[in-house]
Amino acid sequence: MAVYIAKKIGLTFVVLFCAATCSFFLLRLIPGDPAEALAGPQATQSDVAAVRASLNLDKPIPLQYTAYMGNLLKGDLGYSYRSRRPVLDEVLARWPNTLRLSLTSMLVAVVIGVPVGIFAARRRGKLGDTLSMGISFLGISMPSFWLGMLLILLFSVRFKLLPFYGMDSPLNYILPSLTLGLGIAANIARLTRVSMLEVLDQDYIRTARGKGVSEAGVVYVHALRNAAVSIITIIGLQLGALLGGQVVTETLFSWPGLGRMIVDALTARDYMVVQGGILVLALTFTILNLLTDICYAVLDPRIRL
Amino acid sequence: MLKNSLGFFRRPSTLIAAVIFLILIIVCLFGTSIAPYPPYEQNLENKLQPPGGGHLFGTDDFGRDLFSRVLAGAKYSLSAGLVSVLVGLTGGLLLGVPAGYYGGWLDRLVMLICDTMLAFPGILMAMALSMVLGQGRFTPMIAVGISSIPVFARLVRSQFLSIRERQYIEAARAAGAGDLRIALFYILPNAFGTVMVQATLRMGTAIITAATLSFLGLGAQPPEPEWGSMLNAARAYFFSAPHLAVFPGLAITITVVAVNILGDSLRDYLDPRLRER
Repeated sequence: MAVYIAKKIGLTFVVLFCAATCSFFLLRLIPGDPAEALAGPQATQSDVAAVRASLNLDKPIPLQYTAYMGNLLKGDLGYSYRSRRPVLDEVLARWPNTLRLSLTSMLVAVVIGVPVGIFAARRRGKLGDTLSMGISFLGISMPSFWLGMLLILLFSVRFKLLPFYGMDSPLNYILPSLTLGLGIAANIARLTRVSMLEVLDQDYIRTARGKGVSEAGVVYVHALRNAAVSIITIIGLQLGALLGGQVVTETLFSWPGLGRMIVDALTARDYMVVQGGILVLALTFTILNLLTDICYAVLDPRIRL
Repeated sequence: MLKNSLGFFRRPSTLIAAVIFLILIIVCLFGTSIAPYPPYEQNLENKLQPPGGGHLFGTDDFGRDLFSRVLAGAKYSLSAGLVSVLVGLTGGLLLGVPAGYYGGWLDRLVMLICDTMLAFPGILMAMALSMVLGQGRFTPMIAVGISSIPVFARLVRSQFLSIRERQYIEAARAAGAGDLRIALFYILPNAFGTVMVQATLRMGTAIITAATLSFLGLGAQPPEPEWGSMLNAARAYFFSAPHLAVFPGLAITITVVAVNILGDSLRDYLDPRLRER
């Protein structure tokens, strides 16, 4: 087990190093000069050159890369081209907002997705199954930003019940969490149903039924406990979708999180902020994957082989 | 053969999805001729009209007929799905075939590339690639395609890893077949079904990602009648013209539902064990 975890942690570091390198060079391939964008349309050539020098953009790319990676090892993500503040500060200021939205969205996804999946599995082939799976199929086929727009139209524009801008009150969490969470709930519901059906077909379930265990006991004690490994893995696999979904949801709801920060920085060519944001997102994603892998290995000893 | 093909349409939902897909193709080919108005024609006196009257879906902020623009947008979305899946599939085959066939350090290298690409949220990768490739009608589609390469590469690799151990591959090798011949004529045809299912299902994801790129302002640019960019423009009119936020999104969802049902049906058709589930 320790060797398995050590190997996974080692691989995480390699992936992060590659992600940092990849984002560094990918951003430098984007046409256009960040110094020109920062200096503004009225700037002279010498102004642009001064900005370029102040940001170390006049140095050769390999030198910029070694300096960036060297600083990264010291925990220094560099400085924002626009605000001149340390990227780490900007990332840390927004990271909790993204994390909070991720947690509330995942809560929505699990609270809706798992019961719907169990419900559909219990009514296999019946109207309830067809209907709930039909709705979840619609959920996975709908762009999350459009779902968000429909929720805004319904709850903010039509009934004026919920705010759709910023994050001043707890009410502000409802629409973005539903936007992000419902699509993931649809995925979780479909996959939970399949896992439950697999378990419900097993001999030990037949034995439990034969021994006179109530239907609720069979489903919630015998079946659900055995399907839990797959359900946890399913939830873990959805974390990637959750982090990706943040980018567009935060933009739609003007949520001051990492996703929106990266989008804004990318369009403004503030490469250091983009690199820092991507690195932190990649770090989160790989750590969450690692935790899912460990959970999986703890729950299912066959995986360790 | 005919009976087999009819088996694919066994479920009514598959038939409905196929009909919708056929209609979408017809709209792609003849959209602008069927449309009641030219999709770019502005009429500022008639702007932000609600649905009804002479305009089935109403008009947008430039007085353009929304129905005509939604019809014209089908071409963009379907080609986005097709082009990006082709790019992703080609890249996936180029990486996945050698990795799965030879294994060893090559496999580890390819998996490291895939893991690195998958560590980025797909939409961010597509955004950065779209900016690298610059403006152009096909660049967002290619960017979405490149970002889906690791998904295809992993699938192709896992298929090759399992198929290469089968006895008929050993037999082919004993009969003197070379690596390229075995990979292309013995393993690939057997992996084809699974890869095609993934390609069809991935088309739905690609259509959504391309629309998301446009929604974020990095895909198709106005006045192009692309569904995602039409929804982006609609954000400014939530209160005065909510209909602008409804129809383009409905078009994306119907298209993706049809594509996903066809992908699901293809999977069930090729793997009868799944039919009961």
